[in-house]
Formats: sequence, C-alpha cells, structure tokens
Amino acid sequence: MGRGMNKIALQLLLVASLFAALEQAHGIPAFARKYGLPCSACHEAWPMLNNFGQTFKDNGYQLGNGRDAPIYQEPSYWPVMFRTQGFWHRENNNRQAVDSVPGSAGSGQVEASLTTSGFDVGGVDFITAGTLYNNISFFVQPFIGNNNITLSQAWARLDNIAGSRWLNVKLGKFELDQPISQERSLILNNTGALYYNYFFTPPGDNNFFQGVGLPQLGVELAGHSANDYTRYSVALVSNSNGSPNLPSNKAYDVYANFNQAFEVPHLGSQQIGVYGYFGESPTYYQTSGGNPIPGTGLGNKSFYRVGAYGHWYVDKFDFYTFFMHGSDNVFLGNSVASNHPENLPLGAVGPTWNGGFVEGHYNPTPRWIFLGRYELARMSRQANPSIRSDAGNLDTWTLGYRWYPIMSPRAGLAWTQEYSRITNPGAAPISGLDNIRNTYLMGFDFDF
Amino acid sequence: MRTSFKKTFAAVAALVFLWSMSAASQESHIGNLTGNAKRGKALYTRYCIYCHGPEGDGRGESALYMDPKPRDFTKAVFKCRSTPSGTLPLDTDLYNTISRGVHASGMPSWKPLLRQERADLVAYVKTFSSAFQEEKPGEPVVIPAEPATTAESIKRGAELFQTMNCWSCHGKDGRGHGPSAATLADNKGNPIAPFDFTSGTQFKCGETNRDMFRDLVTGLDGTPMPSFVGAMTADQRWDVVHYIRTFATSKSHAAAKNDTVGQ
Repeated sequence: MGRGMNKIALQLLLVASLFAALEQAHGIPAFARKYGLPCSACHEAWPMLNNFGQTFKDNGYQLGNGRDAPIYQEPSYWPVMFRTQGFWHRENNNRQAVDSVPGSAGSGQVEASLTTSGFDVGGVDFITAGTLYNNISFFVQPFIGNNNITLSQAWARLDNIAGSRWLNVKLGKFELDQPISQERSLILNNTGALYYNYFFTPPGDNNFFQGVGLPQLGVELAGHSANDYTRYSVALVSNSNGSPNLPSNKAYDVYANFNQAFEVPHLGSQQIGVYGYFGESPTYYQTSGGNPIPGTGLGNKSFYRVGAYGHWYVDKFDFYTFFMHGSDNVFLGNSVASNHPENLPLGAVGPTWNGGFVEGHYNPTPRWIFLGRYELARMSRQANPSIRSDAGNLDTWTLGYRWYPIMSPRAGLAWTQEYSRITNPGAAPISGLDNIRNTYLMGFDFDF
Repeated sequence: MRTSFKKTFAAVAALVFLWSMSAASQESHIGNLTGNAKRGKALYTRYCIYCHGPEGDGRGESALYMDPKPRDFTKAVFKCRSTPSGTLPLDTDLYNTISRGVHASGMPSWKPLLRQERADLVAYVKTFSSAFQEEKPGEPVVIPAEPATTAESIKRGAELFQTMNCWSCHGKDGRGHGPSAATLADNKGNPIAPFDFTSGTQFKCGETNRDMFRDLVTGLDGTPMPSFVGAMTADQRWDVVHYIRTFATSKSHAAAKNDTVGQ
C-alpha cells in the first residue's frame, strides 16, 4: 500500500515537473527575435494578434523605441521565418455524386457518403519582413504548396509620413485591413479555416469574389492612434483577385475599413468597426479564337460588400461578431454578358444576401486557447427566380483548441485539435437534399 | 487578565497592520485606477517576463542580448521618477514608464495595453521588492515655469554643459561619445552608454523640456547620471535644457502628447 502510494506520488511529481518546465519556457517568434519579446507579447495566441501586436504591425513593424532600424541589428540577423503544419485529418461528405459502378462512367450516378482520412502537411509559408530603414517597412511571403510556389504577399510601406502615424502608404500585394484576418485564422482544416463570407458567390453568379479574403494588388493609405484604438484604411486595388501580370480587366476596386475601440472597466477592450468593398467586374472579354484574353475585360458591372463588426472582451473571453451584406449586378449574378441583355432570364435581378459569424475564444493563459465559431450566409434575393430561395445558403461551425507546449527562444509550436461542419441546404447533387461535410483535424502547427 | 487582553489586542492589531501593509503593496493607485498585482502577474508573464525575468531581477532569457540591460525590480531602483534621487518612485512614475517606454532601449511603449492593465502591471512590479512595503515614495519634485529659450540662455547652458562636465560623458557634440563614456556602468556593473542627444526629440524619460528638467533634478537612479539639484539653480537647469535641445535642431520639440499622469 505504502509503496503503491509512493509510486503514484512519484508519477504525479514527474508529470507536475514536466508541466512546470513547459510553463517556464517563453517563445520568440520571427519578429520577436529582433526585439527579444515573447510571442505572447504580440499574439493573443499566435497567429491571432492582440492590440499590442496590431499596433506594432500598424506602425510598420516598429516598436518606436529607437531600436527599429536595421542598423541596430547584428549584421547576421536575417528576418526570415517559416510556418507549416503536419497533421492527421478525416473528412466526410454525406452526399457526393459517384458512378454507381466504380470506373464505369456510363453506369449512372448515385449519391454516396464518402470518408477520407490520413496524414498530411499544409504547405510552407516563408515570410521575410521588417524594416528597410526607419519608417520603411516591407513584407514578402512566398508560399510553397504541393505542386506550386505562389507569391502570397510582397509590399513595401512608407510609415509615419511627415511624422504622423495617420499617414502610412503601402504598395504591392497585401492583405487588406480585414475586420478579422483570414491569414491569421486559428483554424486549419479545410472546412473551418475559411471565413466563408469573405469568398461568398451566389448560385449562378460568375463574380468569383475573393477581394476581402485574399491579398490584393494595389495601394493602401492607413493610419491609427497611438494606442491603436482608432484605425482607418482605404485601399485602391486592381480587380484581379490578387493575380499578377495585369489581368486587371480595366477596373479598380475600393476597400475601406474603420474601427474604434473603447476600454470598459472590468471587461476589457471593446471594438466596433465598419467596412465596405466596392468594385466592378467584367461580364465579357476581347477574345482570340473565341478564347478570352486576360486583362481585356469589357462590360464592367458593379458589386459591393458592406458590413459591420465588433470584437468584445469579457476578461479572458473574447468574441468577434461580424455582419456582411452583399450585392452583385444582375449581369454578374446571372453570368450574362452585358452586351447581350436579351440573354437575361425572365425576372432576373441582382442577387443580394446577408451573412455573418460569431467567433469566441477563451484564453486562460498564453499557452491555451479554446475556440468556437458559427458562420452563416443567407440569400435574400436570387438572381434568377427559378433558383430555389435557399440555394447557396450555408451554416458552418467549428470547435477546437490550440495548446502551445513549447515556445522556445526561436520558434513556436502549437498542438491543435478541431472539428468543423458545414451544411449547404439542398446542395446534394442528385437528391437536392442537404449536403454536409465534417472534418476533424489534429496535429502540429509550427514556425521558426 | 487585563494584561493578557492588551497583549492579544496588540498582536491582532499588529497582524491587521501587517496584512493591510501587505495588501497595499499588492495594489497600485494611478488616478482613479487601482491596480491589482494578481492580475498584473498574468500580464507580466505574457509581456515582460522574457526581459525582466520570472523573479523580476532583470535576468530574463532575452536579457543576454539586450543593451542596456532590463531593469532589476528587486533593487527598487528606477531611472524615471518624479521623486528625488534615492527614493522610491510614485505609482504614476512606473505607470508612465510602462506607457511611454524607455527610448533607446529594449523597452517599448505599452500604451496599446488597457490603462487598467498597465496599472495592474505597476502593482505586480512593486511586489518584487520589499522596499515598497517598508518605505514611502519620495515627494514629487517641483518644476518651476520654464523661461523663454533665448540666445543668452543657450549660451549659458553651453557654458554649464562644460563646467558641470556633462560633456565628459555625453560628448562635446552631444552624441554620447565623451571621454568617460567607455568607462560607465550601471548599478549592476553592466556597461551603459550615455544618451545621444542628437538621436531625436525623445529622451529616456520623456520628450518635453519639463521631462529633461526633471531628469536633471532627480537624476537617473541606477545609472551614472546624477542629480544636479544641489549643483545648479533652477534657472541654470533650464539653461542646460535649452542648450541640449540645440543638438537636435532639425527636430521639433513640441510638447509631448504622452498618455502620462501627473505631469
């Protein structure tokens, strides 16, 4: 009995020692390497920024402590980091069209529930960023996928022009000042990682909008108060969804964002904001041999996305609330060239819809974050009256957590587990019933 | 019986007094804010521990690479104060340092944190030294109205800069390369460089002329920068301030817009 108790006590002591050792380690992610700060200084839980990190970013990756210029760094310091993931995941789609006899295209199709699972990796983000000089910052981010390399972001920024933090100009390919950053999503799996409202396209619409969600090519004017409680940004971007080489379709889009935060005693910071994206997309192109020539879009028609959002803190809990209203021109909504209005279906109108999400976090320590998100989109007016009213609607939710067991002086490591589910009413390809996809993922997310 | 009651009463009173002193040391008071050390500890762990260390002794993991070294809170010696040299700072002094940062060091401005959070951090920083339980902060120094900057005041300041030996550390051109610069050390024996007055409009403990005047009165405790309270009159200190400003003539030295308290 006594020896048994001693053994249990020893085991408990060993476990306690392990946790104690982990709790005493603190991390320095890429930028923090330059300043010697822990990653928790800038991140609520990386990659999600806290207000100090947002201020640092808005200030051109500068702390303003007289140690920002590269001249203060060791000559060998090279501001490079990478981020990647290794994980196991399982996905199930409840109604997917399959050949009734596998391998026989003529056997007819039926719906089947398909499940896939296995180990995987998430590609690699390389990021080099920082300051070229006092008040000149930069960011370059190549992404290596399974079969390709893309340039996610590449920009330079003039910071604090004329000594004013209200005047900062960025040029290149960059993430817009989104209400909630798609690039900093805490969720990794295929189903839950996207903020669907950022990419929503109504049924029958050919305006495959990605303007808010993906980095865009353009120029941005932005500014902020000293504590970042008041922020604004206005961007003029090419209508190319971020694709380089001038497929801009002779149109420019405008995005604007404004937010204001307040300190509420006993609760914390409360932020509200409004945003809008206004643009045009081509409805047809110059062609060669019948094939559209990129960058020659014609018959541009308008669309917009507008909305409001909030970020609410209740001590260690925080919640994002987000609303979006979207509208596309009737020609875009029906995928009809504007020089052929006779092709519009009877009763055609511009589609409109509303959407939003609530995302909550519980962050008891810098090492743990528990998260949940519910997102929805609802069509309020279909472009073509023959389309069922709820086509395109979606409901998705995610539950998960991230644990940061090791945050060494040069790296960060997160263990994550998450479950996501998306429901598209009436989207099953044959039966017209609800289409549901479930995803479970667990694995490591790490950077160095 | 009566003596026994008196002894018991005295013991209870002493315990209550000690408890109240201890509780007070767990708090900070900045304006209408009351900082709480328990909440401050969580914030310290998130933001400060990597430089100042888990024990507050300035020996965090990043300290090795930092110049100047992070402050050792266990010694209760602080550079930026409104109180005389050798005395404890006010809570507002610590709050202002956290809010403003310390220019030309690794300490950034933590103004993006909530005011309550900064007050909580002050409360926790005070727990690292028993001095905050045993002593009271000094009385804030008085800063008289600033006379106008004139060619004469600058000239007088230049002469004082020589006679007071400011140049031996800060250099004749104010760049911090005086003949004594290489020999200077802080109160823990770490090498420390004199401030470069040509680097801009900000100083270690603020950016207004009043801030610089105050530094001349209080000194920067824990560094070789002494108090000149007995060595110069108030007018002479203003003259030195006016002269030092000429080292960064291309920069504006308009009044600071810091989120500071009590200045």
